[in-house]
Amino acid sequence: MSGLPSNAYTPDSKLTSALIASGVTFALAFAIMGMKLQGGLSPTLEAASTQTYVLIFTATALVFLFQMTREKISAFFSFIPWPRLPRYSTAHLSQSKRDQREKVVTLLFVIAALIWPFIVSRGTVDLATLVLIYVMLGLGLNIVVGLAGLLDLGYVAFYAVGAYSYALLNQYFGLSFWVCLPIAGLLAASFGFILGFPVLRLRGDYLAIVTLGFGEIIRILLNNWTQLTGGPNGIGGIPKPALFNLEFGRRAKEAGNQPFHEFFGIDYDTGYKVIFLYILAILLVLATLFVIRRLTRMPIGRAWEALREDEIACRSLGLNRTIIKLSAFTLGASFAGFAGAFFSARQGFISPESFSFIESAIILAIVVLGGMGSQLGIILAAVAMTVLPELAREFAEYRMLMFGLMMVLMMIWRPQGLLPMKRPQMELENV
Amino acid sequence: MSESLLYFVQQLLNGLTMGSAYALIAIGYTMVYGIIGMINFAHGEIYMISTYISFIAIAGLMMLGITWLPLLLILALIVAIAVASTFGWAVERVAYRPLRGGNRLIPLISAIGMSIVLQNYVALGQNNRDVAMPQLVKGGWLFGAEQGFEVSLSYMQLMIFVVTLIAMAILTLFISKSRTGRACRAVAQDMKMANLLGIDTNRVISMTFVIGAALAAVAGLLLGLYYGVANPFIGFIAGLKAFTAAVLGGIGSIPGAMLGGLILGTSESMTAAYLSTEYKDVVSFGLLVVILLFRPTGLLGKPEVEKI
Repeated sequence: MSGLPSNAYTPDSKLTSALIASGVTFALAFAIMGMKLQGGLSPTLEAASTQTYVLIFTATALVFLFQMTREKISAFFSFIPWPRLPRYSTAHLSQSKRDQREKVVTLLFVIAALIWPFIVSRGTVDLATLVLIYVMLGLGLNIVVGLAGLLDLGYVAFYAVGAYSYALLNQYFGLSFWVCLPIAGLLAASFGFILGFPVLRLRGDYLAIVTLGFGEIIRILLNNWTQLTGGPNGIGGIPKPALFNLEFGRRAKEAGNQPFHEFFGIDYDTGYKVIFLYILAILLVLATLFVIRRLTRMPIGRAWEALREDEIACRSLGLNRTIIKLSAFTLGASFAGFAGAFFSARQGFISPESFSFIESAIILAIVVLGGMGSQLGIILAAVAMTVLPELAREFAEYRMLMFGLMMVLMMIWRPQGLLPMKRPQMELENV
Repeated sequence: MSESLLYFVQQLLNGLTMGSAYALIAIGYTMVYGIIGMINFAHGEIYMISTYISFIAIAGLMMLGITWLPLLLILALIVAIAVASTFGWAVERVAYRPLRGGNRLIPLISAIGMSIVLQNYVALGQNNRDVAMPQLVKGGWLFGAEQGFEVSLSYMQLMIFVVTLIAMAILTLFISKSRTGRACRAVAQDMKMANLLGIDTNRVISMTFVIGAALAAVAGLLLGLYYGVANPFIGFIAGLKAFTAAVLGGIGSIPGAMLGGLILGTSESMTAAYLSTEYKDVVSFGLLVVILLFRPTGLLGKPEVEKI
């Protein structure tokens, strides 16, 4: 019925497969789109709009045409080369020169990232801040999934722990953002540690379902522990972070603080707040990048990757897998905690809805799309996964549909990720 | 029988009803995992689509004037199985087959993407609000009224048990006796070898998706009528429960999925009855963690032997 071998592609079998494909398309489109169900005591069916029927037939015809001309299309596309990134070789330079050049490039990027928000619109800067949050989450999850090879489907739980620890500590004890940021990281890390303990014995997909369950448990707890967390209504009025004792609101909320615009004697503008949050996010991401870069070069980072490649070999070399796995879980979780605290400060309002499974899926998609372990790839993937749905906002109801399709197509198009990880390597000089 | 015992019996009946439906969905997960080792995240959406299709079929048939209940249900079941199988087949063909053989995470992300697509596709075609159906299978047995607590076993619940049992029996016979079933087992055991021996593995994998989707369609019709409402987002949580059931019983093992479903359904209804309704999901995931702690490959799963 289905598995037409691709090597025996006679015109006859081509027609059959095209007919089957378009028939299936028609059936699947018509079954869901063709009739609108009106529920109630006596359910009825209504015909869909003419536009929908035209759409269904167009889709069927398109699939038929595509199947008939498939080889020609793929032959045509193979003429267009995949745009290669310019291969800039630094192999001829000495190690110190290479390091120096890398430093200059990084510095230029950072300066560009810091100047850029003053030129573009406020909405864009705000979106960029959101991208940076996802970069941080992606980098954190990358430790667990990309480097240590442990499939974590409940990463959003740690993000939620971070966000709620700032919101709650501020609400009940009036602690400021700067005090809460490390606490949020520590709390998330300890949750990672607690989760890590029981699940270390599990392998692969058993680990995935337990972490997924853990994420759901945290969300259900936040939803139902109404006295503490406000339940589904969430927590509002979370203050924005202050720069030393300068606040970015119109008036200072805390005693001893001064509004930013008064201190500098300039007019009040909400734009300052947005830019300040953006710069804060940049600093957090830079710190994360720096720490993780260092970690991957430390023995523990090497051990994570070794464990991912071959667990038995690691154990026979005397590596303690409990410590290695636990450290990956704990460190990965702590970055989600920082990101969570920043997220709740930026939003000013959090509810369990922000921490559903779909967030975990998006973060995981960022890591996989980025190329599993590559930091630059993760940044690119975070931009793609955040900005593209934002651009599709005008398609309103088609937005999520397109987002899902994008996830599927990107996996088919580039299964190895945008920028697969390159192993840090050193070449002998003057050989 | 005392009052509290009757209460317990009632909860047990409710739990087993839910559990047998979970088991039907769980088989789809476990078979796919057993053969290609991937978590088919879009499977819960197939269940959701089947609920919609069976509702649409019932409404359509009622408009055509078919009101004799057995005929109505059987026709709706046939339509739901046909459409759901087509969906299962198409999803595998479009989103998973091009990715086979690479990193395990790639098909997982693709499956999550597919699940988002299907959810929003149904929301687009049928709008995203609850759609209600009338109670078609009415009545039931009541007993124990003179002992203080009336236990009810509705015909709907009975139908769920019976249909699930029949579906499981057919599946077991199919897997153990038929040629295709034997091919399925061979591919699950060693895909490369099965391929060398002339089994069309692509066809077997497609078949697995079709069988899983057909069983999810049975669950979709039964649970849809049992609850009487549906919306495009019921697939996620049902899929999550069913997957938990599959892992609980030992993923890859069909009897394990059945056992896992029954345990999960019962524990859930017991928690809801004796502890709290809000935390029933917490207890089922907690149960999963505890069972996996003592049996890391599930109740009936075979322990993996590592060979170097």
